[in-house]
Amino acid sequence: MLLNQYLFLAALLFAIGVYGVLVRKNGVMVLMSIELILNAVNINLIAFAAYWGTVNPCQPNIECAATAGPVFALFIIAVAAAEVGVGLAIVLMLFRNKKDINIDDMDLMKG
Amino acid sequence: MTQDMLPENIAFAVIAVTMIVSAVRVVTTKNVVHAALWLIGVLAGAAALYILLGSEFLGITQVLVYIGAIVVLFLFGVMLTKAELGSSDDLDNNRVQKIIGAVVAFGLGAFLIIVLGASEFKDRHLDLMGHTTVQLGQTTPQVSDSIFSTYLIPFEAASVLLLAALIGSIVLARKD
Repeated sequence: MLLNQYLFLAALLFAIGVYGVLVRKNGVMVLMSIELILNAVNINLIAFAAYWGTVNPCQPNIECAATAGPVFALFIIAVAAAEVGVGLAIVLMLFRNKKDINIDDMDLMKG
Repeated sequence: MTQDMLPENIAFAVIAVTMIVSAVRVVTTKNVVHAALWLIGVLAGAAALYILLGSEFLGITQVLVYIGAIVVLFLFGVMLTKAELGSSDDLDNNRVQKIIGAVVAFGLGAFLIIVLGASEFKDRHLDLMGHTTVQLGQTTPQVSDSIFSTYLIPFEAASVLLLAALIGSIVLARKD
């Protein structure tokens, strides 16, 4: 099993997520595409952590560099949860004020 | 048994195909609710990959937080913004922007794959079968020891971030 299998999969998911962010104009759909991007990053982190563990095997009860992978992936999950919470609140407020969540119409800051 | 026929490779192939198909459907489907349901396919595939790589705690957390909480939040968002529950043609930008978006995303994906194919990791083997999960450094005790010693301050910062997000969402969504 090659490390690159995981990295290619993550790169494809990242590109698909970028396509979604660029092409969708519904606010909720853009947030879903951002979730795809964040998941691609997490797959990379865990694949490299496991690879590091196979190169320098960890010992029980001794702190080990490979453990940083899952820890940082957990932080990314926490940040993603916060981002979705605030993002959906913003989308709801846009809907309440403009009766629409088409993000192309949000051009109040355009001069 | 050749290297290609390892059971972990077969499992990886099944999970990868599921994830790619689901991800493509998330960004192309015309129905908002279907997009949220296809997203479950991607997130469950990621959880399965974490289990495959020996990261048990992260796999369970992925199911709990993403599938259990974030997808439900998306469905609430769809409901509260009164999106059309059937198919809708008004989800995507116009054709020109769609083509430009496809070109940019394809270029980015091709660039990443070319770079990865030429990097020093291109022929590194991931010998998961030959190691225990403790050696891989992914077990729950190791992760918890690491969070509550080396990464204690980032962990507390993440708690404050979640509190700020909670308060921020309430302030934004209140009706006054």
